[in-house]
Amino acid sequence: MARAVTPQRKALNTAIAWGIGLLIFFPILWTILTSFKTEAQAISDPPVFLFFDWTLENYSVVQERSDYMRFLWNSVIIAGGSTILGIIIAIPAAWSMAFVPSKRTKDILLWMLSTKMLPAVGVLYPIYLIFIRMGILDTRMGLVVVLMLINLPIIVWMLYTYFREIPGEILEAARMDGASLKEEILYVLTPMAMPGIASTLLLNIILAWNEAFWTLNLTAAKAAPLTAFIASYSSPEGLFYAKLSAASTMAIAPILILGWFSQKQLVSGLTFGAVK
Amino acid sequence: MATQHSRSAARIMMAPAVILLLGWMLVPLLMTLWFSFKKYLPLRGGDLGWVGFDNYVRFISSSSFWPSIQATLIIVGGVLAITIIFGVLLAILLNQPMWGQGIVRILVIAPFFVMPTVSALVWKNMFMDPVNGLFAHLWKFFGAEPISWLSEASLQSIILIVSWQWLPFATLILLTAIQSLDSEQLEAAEMDGASPLSRFGYITLPHLSRAITVVLLIQTIFLLSIFAEIFVTTQGAFGTKTLTYLIYQRVLESQNVGLGSAGGVYAIILANIVAIFLMRIVGKNLDA
Amino acid sequence: MSLRNAFRAATALSVLATSAAYAETITIATVNNGDMIRMQGLTDDFTEKTGHEVEWVTLEENVLRQRVTTDISAKGGQFDIMTIGMYETPIWAKNNWLVPLDDLPAEYDVDDLLPAMRGGLSLDGTLYAAPFYGESSMIMYRTDLMEEAGLEMPDAPTWEFVADAARKMTDKDNEIYGICLRGKAGWGENMAFLTATANSFGARWFDEDWTPQFDSEAWSNTLNFYIDLMNDAGPPGASNNGFNENLSLFQQGKCGMWIDATVAASFVTNPDDSTVADKVGFALAPDAGLGKRSNWLWAWALAIPAGTQKEDAAKEFINWATSKEYIELVASKEGWANVPPGARTSLYENANYKDVPFAKMTLDSILSADPNNPAVDPVPYVGVQFAAIPEFAGIATQVGQEFSAALAGQQSAEEALEKAQALTVDEMEAAGY
Repeated sequence: MARAVTPQRKALNTAIAWGIGLLIFFPILWTILTSFKTEAQAISDPPVFLFFDWTLENYSVVQERSDYMRFLWNSVIIAGGSTILGIIIAIPAAWSMAFVPSKRTKDILLWMLSTKMLPAVGVLYPIYLIFIRMGILDTRMGLVVVLMLINLPIIVWMLYTYFREIPGEILEAARMDGASLKEEILYVLTPMAMPGIASTLLLNIILAWNEAFWTLNLTAAKAAPLTAFIASYSSPEGLFYAKLSAASTMAIAPILILGWFSQKQLVSGLTFGAVK
Repeated sequence: MATQHSRSAARIMMAPAVILLLGWMLVPLLMTLWFSFKKYLPLRGGDLGWVGFDNYVRFISSSSFWPSIQATLIIVGGVLAITIIFGVLLAILLNQPMWGQGIVRILVIAPFFVMPTVSALVWKNMFMDPVNGLFAHLWKFFGAEPISWLSEASLQSIILIVSWQWLPFATLILLTAIQSLDSEQLEAAEMDGASPLSRFGYITLPHLSRAITVVLLIQTIFLLSIFAEIFVTTQGAFGTKTLTYLIYQRVLESQNVGLGSAGGVYAIILANIVAIFLMRIVGKNLDA
Repeated sequence: MSLRNAFRAATALSVLATSAAYAETITIATVNNGDMIRMQGLTDDFTEKTGHEVEWVTLEENVLRQRVTTDISAKGGQFDIMTIGMYETPIWAKNNWLVPLDDLPAEYDVDDLLPAMRGGLSLDGTLYAAPFYGESSMIMYRTDLMEEAGLEMPDAPTWEFVADAARKMTDKDNEIYGICLRGKAGWGENMAFLTATANSFGARWFDEDWTPQFDSEAWSNTLNFYIDLMNDAGPPGASNNGFNENLSLFQQGKCGMWIDATVAASFVTNPDDSTVADKVGFALAPDAGLGKRSNWLWAWALAIPAGTQKEDAAKEFINWATSKEYIELVASKEGWANVPPGARTSLYENANYKDVPFAKMTLDSILSADPNNPAVDPVPYVGVQFAAIPEFAGIATQVGQEFSAALAGQQSAEEALEKAQALTVDEMEAAGY
């Protein structure tokens, strides 16, 4: 990075990078813009970009039709709850894999990941029947558990790669000082691995937030999160681009903002410890 | 340092995660196996008795089976190729000195946060619609005939949508990896007169191999089960019926749980083949 | 009568009284169509009258079907009322999955329901789902474009006339397409239209022995006619157009004619949404001179899944939402053109509704559809644009995908029919026919 570059070169880099960045971002920008148009402007030919009569009407129509806050709150509980529960279960497992490795550690890790490849549609019927039996259909609790199980392998793996970076001697020293295993994990390991835990948390909240199969199929009215909210806006009758855009913006805005504010932590989390 | 005590402690600590995942895997798996040997038609009264391997034979001999495997592999392969190639290029670009790098990174990462359903809806209606979509306007502006993307270039369209969602993920991992590259090594090579291409081939790419492996592994896991993107856009028409979608069609549209479960078992086998294959490359690369 | 009995009667009465006063919250799964969204907006009226609250689960049609079918077949009990159609009702009723609606109050006037709707939602004479709105299909056309083309639309046109008019109206440079028809794959999308059209061409799904008939000449005529017409006079990307896409195209003034559900009439004539609201005419769906028209028959109806704990409240809701009073409520708030059509005879006798331009054509279309004798030749199934057997939805969706691919030019009509025949034979064998 220390290499000096000419201002021309830097300007060129900037232009290309911004161009590509805007191109990639454009679909989202276009959705946000369209959400402020009237339905007629949303399909006008040629398309209008910025110079239209900005209106909030679509948002009020969407809000009137469905109680956004309830869906949002369900999404927050389900995504947050499943991730936190997953981390609590994963920390001890990742600890033992990182600090007491055995021949089978890697196999177990890879086996865990492979459970993620099971096709969800294939097991919908069995899971539905189990949920009925347990009486947890359309409950946030049921979804928290399912999404926790879905993301648990990723959480374990991410935490494992972070824990491996921490020198075992420090834990050893704590143990010499008479710390119990619980204290060792709670007061020595966890604080040291906090950045890693934070990025694991973030990534898995995003994954859980966007999960659209189980959240749609296992909920009805009470526990339905934003993925169900959006399912009522796909192709209603008549012109709907503007309303669809407003609903889409409402569904993705919270996680987009969270992601942007925490992108530093997230980026380091995304690397899965593959990059040092 | 692994004393007998800590070994048994480790086993206990691992137990909750392992037992939970084992349950999550085994219970539905056993139920799927059970259903797969049954004639199970909910609309005709449910359980109609054991049928041996009938469902397995029927699923694999259906004319949709091999095309669905092909579609699955094309989509997964296509998305992997696009995201990795463009991810590497984009990572190299973003690593160059420039103004506003942070903002560009925010722009590039954004698609990763968008729900698959939302991104499929937005792409389908607002971009790929042959009359009102933005692409149609663009094509008309240049005097070309608008393309009806989702029927004429269905697989490509789906690959485009999915790649858009996963490109940020690949780019960010690869960018972090590039940033850790020793720039002195590159400079030395430059002074030795190595061309940019050979510098990329001999220094940058080998350095990135671990990161590429991670991208490959994680994305494959998620891509094998994509569903919303197809459900929203083509509903499996025009050759976009993946194995996952075919199972969906058998279980929910035809309401043949037995047949769909047999398909589920095939999908599990396919996933495991891919998994073993992946583990071979990844296993070597990850723990070096 | 002993004291004990009197006491018992009193207790029973008080239990009844409390249960009637006890406010429930019922969960209703419904589709995101305009009329249902209007109903959602009027829920307060129901709550005011009965004290019951309503939780809505509003989903897109395909998602809704998947969701409610899973729930009812697995006996999940997630919903107290489900919005289903004419296809599901007899099949589910046969499985004893639905609560019979045979005790609706006298003022509901069950005999007022249009016989075609009531018949389609009944099994062995018992009503299992109450029609919220009913529809057939008809031609909606642009009077101005028809005039420009120098033609006059008869009330009961033939396919020949429609094809000729469509080609004459087409002006691709100005994005005017003579005819918009469904092309999106799905048993409720392109197959609804094509099955109804096939009826008018003398084709049928199965013969009396349940042998699939896609290898017949009549089907080949149907599909070739449709594909040729759409290539010459249809909008681009028609193979992805379903009801909603075509509605949007028509509202934007890009279609000369559109043959689709009669409920669309109120959307295309509504000046708030439609740019061509004052230039729309209506005609019966075309025929090919064989004695059957190509119109279908469908109803979106409310049904109560067996096993719900809130049967009484659910019945009260159905009694409200499909009543004559509800129609008047909508009329008073949104005007007569926006009331749910096609369910009740009294609506079409109402003097206010007679002024609505599409009222007569809607009723005529509904009356001319005969689910028991849908095709020219005899068939073993019931249903105009579907066959009311459990396997139909799965088969027709796959057939629809083949036809959609043929429309997109990815295979010929003959190839599509061959594949359709093969897969239908296969699935019917699997089902044990």
